[in-house]
Amino acid sequence: MTVPGAPKALPPMSLLAELTHRCPLQCPYCSNPLRLDPRAGELDTATWMRVLDEAAAMGILQVHFSGGEPMARPDLADLVRHAVSLGLYTNLITSGVLLTRDSLKNLSESGLDHIQLSFQDADAQEGERIGGMAGAQAKKLEAARLIVEDGLPLTLNFVIHRQNAERVPAMLELAEQLGARRVEIAHTQYYGWGLLNRDALLPDRAQLDATEQAVAAARTRFGNRIAIDFVTPDYYAERPKPCMGGWGQRFLNISPSGKVLPCHAAETIPGLTFPTVTEDSLEAIWQDSPLFNLFRGTGWMPEPCQSCAFKEDDWGGCRCQALALAGQASATDPVCHRAPAHQRIEQAIAARPATPPEFRYRRYNNAP
Amino acid sequence: MTIATIREETCVPRFARGTRLQYDRVREQWFVQAPERAFLADAVAAEILQLVNGKRSLGQIIDQLTEKFSAPRDVITQDVMSMTQDLADKQVLLLA
Repeated sequence: MTVPGAPKALPPMSLLAELTHRCPLQCPYCSNPLRLDPRAGELDTATWMRVLDEAAAMGILQVHFSGGEPMARPDLADLVRHAVSLGLYTNLITSGVLLTRDSLKNLSESGLDHIQLSFQDADAQEGERIGGMAGAQAKKLEAARLIVEDGLPLTLNFVIHRQNAERVPAMLELAEQLGARRVEIAHTQYYGWGLLNRDALLPDRAQLDATEQAVAAARTRFGNRIAIDFVTPDYYAERPKPCMGGWGQRFLNISPSGKVLPCHAAETIPGLTFPTVTEDSLEAIWQDSPLFNLFRGTGWMPEPCQSCAFKEDDWGGCRCQALALAGQASATDPVCHRAPAHQRIEQAIAARPATPPEFRYRRYNNAP
Repeated sequence: MTIATIREETCVPRFARGTRLQYDRVREQWFVQAPERAFLADAVAAEILQLVNGKRSLGQIIDQLTEKFSAPRDVITQDVMSMTQDLADKQVLLLA
């Protein structure tokens, strides 16, 4: 696929290592694919070690251990230790519900650099309903306490939607009380499970505005003490987000079974071949695979992207969203006001029911 | 008030846990690694941050760089003070 003599792609900055799709929670906006990888297909420890070797050699700087729930893997601390020995910056993205004093100590002593801990809500009852796990909130609060006590930098992550948006101020207060250094207030992205549950999740404009105001107020109050990352719901945005910083430009994702993907939702795009770490090296996949070259750069873009002044700012937006809403992965992201399929976004907002329907929870075999 | 008076030269900067300076052999550039981001350290920042070890004071760092680059001490002081303050604001450095 690579054109002979074409310049090599710059190396990726970060790797999302999805160690497993198993998770005690069942959040209806999970970023994992609808068809979850079973435990039997997960890469073994030795393969992940080799993948980390390859990642460091090709110039990846940060590794995010994620899932599912990565703490469901008994070899997590060994993988962290290996990544640290290679000079990789290690981040753990966890729900916290499996975290104990002992498991945290093990990770801390392995050299883990940072933990991102998810909460489904500031309210315990609502959080446990959204995450579909009774007793989760107390475990998360204890996890946060142990992490801060250890001294590891902590980021709290909240995914925002119509059923918890009103409690963004309480979420920011919780982050402050728990001693977090960063907090992510991230509106739901609508593909995969999030798209399936869109009517139950999509906020209205007034809710969005209120979350923006809460974040602005907290930024003033926190100053430099706590950084806030705010992710807007792009259905209400003027222009699409630069998804993954551009396809095949900064980021790669490895699924539990070893598929190498430009983003965690790429498997939704039909007709593609997904390279795996068991068949080829990470470097070869990044540079030469048809998948990573498919939407890399600007050459693939249709109009109105091709002649757009912002094409190297947003890189045409999100391919998976283009597929989900416009029916074609190579279409302009319908979020863009200039996109031919932009009315799909307006229709989704207009068709939003007054009362949110029941969640379809993220579980094995719970997708259509 | 000059920047130099904001911080005492006796302050000892150190990296906050979860942040560090790292040389990237592939890109042949220095990066500051921090939670959820890695950002490029320019030549001046890299020179300063290589001397941050949790023991040297700002004054000692300024002295060493003044000698290494044969530059006026007040110029180096400006660079060191503004950069360390900027990174303290970003929660990368702690100034004690």
